[in-house]
Amino acid sequence: MGKALKSGVTIKGTKNGLHFLLDETRPFSTILNELKHKLEGSPNIWDGPETHVRIKLGNRQITREEETALRNLFSLRENLIIQSIEASNGKPYLLRNQGINVQAGTVRSGQVLDHRGDLLLLGDVNPGGTVRSTGSIFVLGALRGLGHAGGEGDESAIIAASNLRPTQLRIADVVSRPPDEWTKSEMSGMNFAYLVDGRIVVDKIHHLNRIRPEIEWKENRFRG
Amino acid sequence: MGEAIVVTSGKGGVGKSTTSANVGTALAMTGKKVCLLDTDIGLRNLDVLMGLENRIIYDLVDVIEKSCTLQQALIKDKRCKTLYLLPAAQTKDKSAVDMKQLCWLIAELKETFDYVIVDCPAGIEMGFKNAVSGSDRAIVVTTPENASVRDADRVIGLLEKEEIPQPKLVVNRVRPQMIKEGGMMEIDEVVAVLSIDLLGVIPDDEEVIRSGNLGEPIVLHKKALASKAYQNIARRIQGEAVPLLILEKERTFLRRMKRWLGFT
Repeated sequence: MGKALKSGVTIKGTKNGLHFLLDETRPFSTILNELKHKLEGSPNIWDGPETHVRIKLGNRQITREEETALRNLFSLRENLIIQSIEASNGKPYLLRNQGINVQAGTVRSGQVLDHRGDLLLLGDVNPGGTVRSTGSIFVLGALRGLGHAGGEGDESAIIAASNLRPTQLRIADVVSRPPDEWTKSEMSGMNFAYLVDGRIVVDKIHHLNRIRPEIEWKENRFRG
Repeated sequence: MGEAIVVTSGKGGVGKSTTSANVGTALAMTGKKVCLLDTDIGLRNLDVLMGLENRIIYDLVDVIEKSCTLQQALIKDKRCKTLYLLPAAQTKDKSAVDMKQLCWLIAELKETFDYVIVDCPAGIEMGFKNAVSGSDRAIVVTTPENASVRDADRVIGLLEKEEIPQPKLVVNRVRPQMIKEGGMMEIDEVVAVLSIDLLGVIPDDEEVIRSGNLGEPIVLHKKALASKAYQNIARRIQGEAVPLLILEKERTFLRRMKRWLGFT
């Protein structure tokens, strides 16, 4: 140590507006704190005409939540307008499908939970409620409403729930409604729905490793 | 400083007004100062259930428009000394009052009363939003039917958005016999779907309708099961822990005998 740390947020003025360079080597939360400090402190610097802002993330990619946090910070200063957020080398700045995202709470009638990537919902989805995701949906609770996985066309997405009793299921562009009568095996235990030959099929969760061998946790020597 | 409790349901005809009238009366019977506020402007009926229709001189809209004082518009109940009713106007509609005015009115009532029971109109439009915005707590009424549970679920979602902390559930018109036969949703199932705390269960009883028509809340007939259920709700609102009533009537020996012989 001993050496003074370089600032995590560097602001450069150009004739097209301000460039915010966010140091990619520091944790994003530290960067946000520093940015907050800079935006909140010394009010008179920021007061002025409308200024376009380009945020440069360097090699970093961020999640949607991080983007929201970032945008919220800038909303403090109404005259700063975010023109673009960019990562270096023309990479998309948004991170896709990084791990699984955990959300808790009941999705009630009339409510829509929209999500990008894989979603783990700790709670119920009630009739009339909707969970929608571009990836797979896992519900630790009862799915009684509408589940829509692979919302942007991902046909490998699945929908699993501790209690899968949906009013409707959708995977990619395929829509299906459950049978009018539920059999006993469909009602008990944890089930999941997946897409095969353009139809949505429901199966027991312990068959998942056979249907999606690529996500099985152990090496399967009978595979192939 | 009192508390304003809104009674709501989304769906119509599940017993919001009946619940408001009875819970309000039950609270008043414990000695609390209670005001029943009917916000169903244009379709008032809380006054009918309370049997106070013929005493109305001024109403809620008159108070808001300042054509009378609040004290003038409050109607004292025939039976309970600490119970008052502020009726809705019948000649106007929901647009006669806005959110700010109703909030002011409820705040004003909270100054003098321990509990202000706000009877909310059906639906989720302006009338609902106005009634909810001024309230501190909420009671959601539902019957054990799919349609009404669905609407209750929607309303709970909206209440969460209005930042009313933890609405409580009253399941109305429960028929234990029908549940036993599998023709009606079980209470546990209703509570599991709505995932909020249960405040009380009211059995379906003809007496409720009969006494409503006579303009006296069932809670005054202390022997009725529904009356006990409402009294329990009033105690739970005041923070007491009261076990749920057993709704199933125990069959007497004679009844069982008759049944056995095939009479009933």
